Order: sequence, then structure tokens, then C-alpha cells
Amino acid sequence: MRFIARRLGLFLITLWVALTVNFFIPRLMPGNPAEAMMARYRGRVNPEAMKALEVAFGLNTHKSLPVQYVDYLGNTLTGQFGTSFTFFPQPVSTVIAQALPWTLGLVGVTTVIAFLLGTAIGTVAGWRRGGVLDSVLPPVFVITSALPYFWIGLLLILLFTVVLNGFLPSDGGYDPTLTPGFTGEFVVDVLAHAVMPAITILIISIGGWILTMRNNVVTTLAEDYITMARAKGLSNRSIMWQYAARNAVLPNLAGFAMSLGFVVSGSILVEYTFNYPGIGYMLKSAVDNQDYPLMQALFVLITVVVLVAVLLCDFLTAALDPRVRTEG
Amino acid sequence: MSPRANPGTVLRDTTHVGSDGEELLLDVRGLSVEYDTPNGSVRAVDKVDLQLRPGEFLGVVGESGCGKSTMLFAIAQLLNPPARIAEGSVTFAGRNLVTMTASELAPVRWRQVSVVMQSAMNALNPVKRIGAQFADAMKAHGVRSRTEIADRSREVMRLVGIDATHLTSYPHQLSGGMRQRAMIAMALLFTPELVIMDEPTSALDVVAQRSLMLQIKELQQQLGFAVVFVTHDMSLVSHFSDRLMVMYAGQAVEVGPTREVFDTPRHPYSIGLLDAFPSIRGPRVPLTGIPGAPPALNAMPPGCRFAPRCPRRFDDCDAAVPPLYRIGTAPQVVEAGAEVEVRCLLHRDGAREPEPTGPVPTAHREETL
Repeated sequence: MRFIARRLGLFLITLWVALTVNFFIPRLMPGNPAEAMMARYRGRVNPEAMKALEVAFGLNTHKSLPVQYVDYLGNTLTGQFGTSFTFFPQPVSTVIAQALPWTLGLVGVTTVIAFLLGTAIGTVAGWRRGGVLDSVLPPVFVITSALPYFWIGLLLILLFTVVLNGFLPSDGGYDPTLTPGFTGEFVVDVLAHAVMPAITILIISIGGWILTMRNNVVTTLAEDYITMARAKGLSNRSIMWQYAARNAVLPNLAGFAMSLGFVVSGSILVEYTFNYPGIGYMLKSAVDNQDYPLMQALFVLITVVVLVAVLLCDFLTAALDPRVRTEG
Repeated sequence: MSPRANPGTVLRDTTHVGSDGEELLLDVRGLSVEYDTPNGSVRAVDKVDLQLRPGEFLGVVGESGCGKSTMLFAIAQLLNPPARIAEGSVTFAGRNLVTMTASELAPVRWRQVSVVMQSAMNALNPVKRIGAQFADAMKAHGVRSRTEIADRSREVMRLVGIDATHLTSYPHQLSGGMRQRAMIAMALLFTPELVIMDEPTSALDVVAQRSLMLQIKELQQQLGFAVVFVTHDMSLVSHFSDRLMVMYAGQAVEVGPTREVFDTPRHPYSIGLLDAFPSIRGPRVPLTGIPGAPPALNAMPPGCRFAPRCPRRFDDCDAAVPPLYRIGTAPQVVEAGAEVEVRCLLHRDGAREPEPTGPVPTAHREETL
């Protein structure tokens, strides 16, 4: 209990620092969005229009910086990020709420699958060191994990959409001719759209898990408690999972938490390649259109997600490793 | 408690009649272990013979790198590649463990032969509670009832003198001595006939060492299991073992009753090992130790393996490979196992005793504990 309270406290402090940085950095930079837009029109905007822009952007405020800061914190905590320019006049929160499920569904699920599958394959490969699996997989995955996302994506599109004549859809999150809803047809269509982006992410991210887990298992197998488990007459299966894998996975949990944190932000290339309507695609549009409210909201979101992921990892590590719990 | 009234104990033939007609629990013949290396295989244990009667306590001593632990793991069938048993047999309770498959070995493990390892911190799974590690051993051997597991776990914890509440502790929450006791408790879950101990006291301070040794000895007498106890501390084991085996460079160089080997060591290596420990009482004598280190496994001396470090070597030592010479302790051997075997050319004629001009007088050695 004390452990959880401490971690939660640390989480809140880190979150506050991150939000503060997110508030001050744009304000330390010269210029503002209205001036940037002015520059785009090479000054051919009259002062009245400039004023109107500033009002629209919420820059006409005469509040002092501390007051703005408090307002900002309040608005952030209540999810009021203003209005998106790109998707005018929708509020930013609505825009994000539409994109978030797509990214969480695609990248989140894929990341978890990659971790679980990679850990399982790595365990077996390390357990049978020098076996077929162990000889084939590491070189293959060293190569695949170095490939660029978009290149794999393009190859898959070429194979499954172009050569196989539209076997799998390559564009968007669902067929726009269908009505979204919990109908069998729509669900199947969403899954079909997710297959190729998911495979792309899986091919590239699973290699790292396999290689690290394999090495961790090989190191763990030299431990005395593995010999001890064999002496106790335990079955190979329970030694492999309860003794070897249970201990070997611990160093990988931190990496897993980080990758969960980057679920929201780290899939820009994949989402862009497949025109997938997720956060990464939206972040790119926001940058293209100088959509400051949307960008700032996305940065806050990414920060929060990374922090939450690290927090969850702390809890998960504590659940799996009793030595962590008793610190302090 | 009755050690043989354990839940689920299988019926078995615990006697093996050795070639000389004795009842043997463990009969190791010509056991050799080789490590495969890129430059060919090297032999870490070379044709070791070892006999153990039920309830006997055998101490195995020698420097680091003499093959003691490798031999133990070979007996327990726990060797990992690149180590492998090159030849020989390990007959336990009438069955040769070397030729048994993994599934045939599984029921023998822990029920009949358990192992206590050097460092309990590393030998206990750090992420599982002590009780869970007891339980998985029992479950692996078909004990399903939770109450039965809990009762037996508490019972063995009481045997080693640890409060049963520590069954819910994780290994890192216990002190070194308690961890070691917990591991011994785990080894006694099924009251096996043989407990193999690989330097179980090395990680402890001398006070904890002695108290643990007393505990082991008491449990052994109470429960009747046999012990093979590996250590490099000859004076420690000498108070507790029935027989002593001195190993050097993968070979047994002296085997005999503990008092006999301890009071009148015959092999120059045994003498050297004993001289490496100070005496608590008596005059202060500079510790001589044994200069040098055991030979590399791939560069064994052609004759006697100890010759390069031996203070009493003579010309023959470099050429002739000494076998184990059997010498009687008394004019005639009174009981089987009472004779001493020595691998040294000084004892070629079977009668020569070491000259009294050894580095330190060896009779009436001060006890060092």
C-alpha cells in the first residue's frame, strides 16, 4: 500500500512538471500562431483581421502569465483544449476522442501481442539454446527489426492489395460505405483493415522482444535455482515458465512500459502509410496545418500515456518481483 | 516422526549389494565427467569410485577446481552441457542413474535424492515464496492436497528450527543462515535416503557454520539419511563425517574413515590441506599451505598429478601414474570401509607410513572448531 501511494505521488509530481513544461515552452518561443498565419499570407492581412485571428486563437488575453497558467492547468484537467483548426469547428477533445480508439485498438493491441508472443518465442528459443528455433530466429529478427515501417507497409500493400487484387484493404480504418455500428459486417471490415498495419508493426517490433528474452533466458538458465528446480524433479515445462521465464522477463518489463507509452505517438509512419485514422495520422495533419491546439493536446496526451505506462510497469514489476516491493 | 511414513512414498529396493557383499545405498564406479571445449574434451572428474552405505556421512574435500562439485552434479544427474558423464555408473538403490531417462529419473529426484546448494540466495527462486517453492516440489511428485502440503512444509521448517511463518516470506527477506536452513528444510520434504550437499556452509560466518553443521548432523541421525558433503574446509567436516574423501585434480587421492584421514593423513596433499588451517590452541606455527594451484584440466602432469606441487616427490612421481593403494589402518582390516586408500607412490608397498619428518607433526592434531 505504501508502495502504491509513493508511486502515485511520484506520478502526480512528474505529470505536473510535464504539463508545466508544455505550457511554458510555446510561450518562451518568439511569435504566436496568429503571426505565423500572417507570415503565410505575407502581411496581406489588415490589422482588423489580425485582431480577429488573435481572438479566434485566444491570444487576445490580457491575463498575466500565472493566471493563464492556472487556467491552462484547469482546462487541461477538465479536457478543454480549445477548438481544432484542422477540423473546425470541432473541439480538440472531440477530435482526439474519435482518433484515440483506432490507435489504441491497432497499436495498443499489437504492441501487447508483440510483447507476449516475442516473450514466449524468446523463452522457448533460449530454453532450447542451439536448437533449430534458436539458430534461425535471431538472425531473421535482427534484420526485420531494422526494416523501416513504411517499407514493410508498402510491400504488404503491394502483395495483398495490388497483386492479390484487393484481398485486404489498404486504406483507412473501415469501408466508408458501411454504417459504423456493432454489426457483424462492420466488425469484420474493421478487422480486415487492421490486419496489414498490425502485421507491419508486429514484424518490426517482435524481434526485439524475442532477442532480449532469449538472451535473458540463457543467462537465467545458468542460475542455481534452475539447477535446484531440476533436482526437485519439476517438469521441464514448469521450470521453463515458472523459474526461467518468470525471472528472465523482469528486465524486459521496463522496455515494455516504454513501448506502451509510445503506442500513441510511435505509429505515425504506419498510420500514415495505411491512412489509418489514428492519433499518429492526426498528429501529422496537425503539424501540416499548424493546428496548435490539437498539437498541444496531443503532446499532453502522449506525456500522460507515457507516464501512465511507466506507472503501470512499476505496479506490474512489483507484482512479479517481490524484491521491488520491499524497497525503503 | 517416522521418516518412511511420508505421504505417497513409493516402495523401492534401497539396498544394492556391492561387489564386496556390502549393502550400499550409492555405488559410484569409474565415474568420469568431461567438458566439451572447442579444443577437444577435458576431463574434470577422472574415474572416481565412491561407496555410501545408508545413513553414512561422507565428506569430500579439496581445493577449488578439483572436481568436487562437478562430481556431485554428476551423481545427481544435474550436469549441463558442455559437461557430460563420459563413463562410469552411479548406482543408487540398485538402479544406474546414468542410463535412466529424464522421466525415469523424475520420481527419484527429491523423493530419494535431494540437493542442498552452496548459496541459498541463488538456489532459491527469488520471485516465489518459500512455501510455494516447497509446494511445487511436492506437487511435482504427485502430492495434491493443500493441507498435506502445508502440514509437511510446517513440519520441515520446524525440523530446521525456523518459524513456519517464514513460509510466506520471499528468499531475500531471510538472513543467509535462515535461507540455508530453509533450503535444507526443502531438501527434507520427502525425507530422502540421500542428501547431496555442495558447500552448504561456505556462505556463512563461522558461528552460523557450526550451528548449521550441528543441525545437519542431528537431523541426519534423527532421520537416517545419508549425506555426501562437499567442502574445502577439512576441519569443518572432520567433526561430522564418517568417512572422508580427498580430491585432487579430478581424482580421489585419499579415502578413508574421517578420524584416520584427519589424524594421520597419508597423501602429501591431505597433509598440505590440513596444514592450511590454523590451530586454535598450541604454539603458533606459520601456515604453510600448498604452493601453486591445481593443474589445468588440459595440461595434466604425466605421472602423479600432485607431483609438481608435492614437497616429497621423488623421481618416479613424474613417470608412474599412482593407482589408489589400499592400506589397512590396523594389522588387519576389521570392518569393511575402515581401510584407507591413498593415491601416492610413497605407499606403493602397502606398508610404508609417511616419514615422521613431515612439515608439521600430524598426530594429535588440534581440533580447530
